[in-house]
Amino acid sequence: MVWMIGGFISVALGSVLGAVARYFVSGFVARRAGETFPYGTLLINVSGAFVIGIFGDLAQDNASLFAEPDPWLFAVTGFLGAYTTVSSFSLQTLSLARDGEGTRAALYIVLSVALSLMAAWLGFVLVDALR
Amino acid sequence: MTASKTTSNRRATAILYACVAAGGVLGSLARYIAALLIPVVSGFPWPTLFVNITGSFIIGFYATLSGPDGRLFAGTRQRQFVMTGFCGGYTTFSSFSLETVRLLRVGEARTALLYIGISVVTWLVAVWLGHVLAARLNRLKGS
Repeated sequence: MVWMIGGFISVALGSVLGAVARYFVSGFVARRAGETFPYGTLLINVSGAFVIGIFGDLAQDNASLFAEPDPWLFAVTGFLGAYTTVSSFSLQTLSLARDGEGTRAALYIVLSVALSLMAAWLGFVLVDALR
Repeated sequence: MTASKTTSNRRATAILYACVAAGGVLGSLARYIAALLIPVVSGFPWPTLFVNITGSFIIGFYATLSGPDGRLFAGTRQRQFVMTGFCGGYTTFSSFSLETVRLLRVGEARTALLYIGISVVTWLVAVWLGHVLAARLNRLKGS
């Protein structure tokens, strides 16, 4: 049971930081770039994907910190899980489509998926190159 | 702007951050529990797909139900708690990305493409369904 409580605490601590970071970044980007396109959520999801690629590759090494359960739960399940979001992505896509901005909605879908996957891939490539 | 107004603005902002943080913790713990309960069958990331579909449904439903024409009266704090906090913490784009890249790196390109396609389509259908259902509820007579 104790290992489970430790896991819950790790996820909770990481997620407080991740959710607050997302709220800060999305507000910051919206004030600078405007709200006609969800640049904030796009930046959050792409940057989160890049970092998860790095951590995901590091975790393959058993000597790595991220191969341990609690650091992984804190940094990945907690922080990155709360930092990145699918729900806002879905709602923003629906809003664009309902406002008759079909092209922007399609662009947002393609950019979000393509850039996030490329960023995660890049994270792996970077760690592999430094090994 | 007077000093007292600045202080009250700061206080309001701090409360919104607290709402987002509290919702984010609850959503993230719910996602963690879902991952502990839902098995990964034949290498397909069902737990992440599940939270992303249900989270998209909840945000679509709640946003419309608590929107301008909605029958649920909700202030900014409650909306930030539920949408930015809970739904944002519950769903995850980073795990989706990691799982897809891992599938690609072990040569499971077909499963990866299937995962991408199923994910994007079901997330968007779910948010739309949530919106449509709430819009119907909003149009019902009476309160």
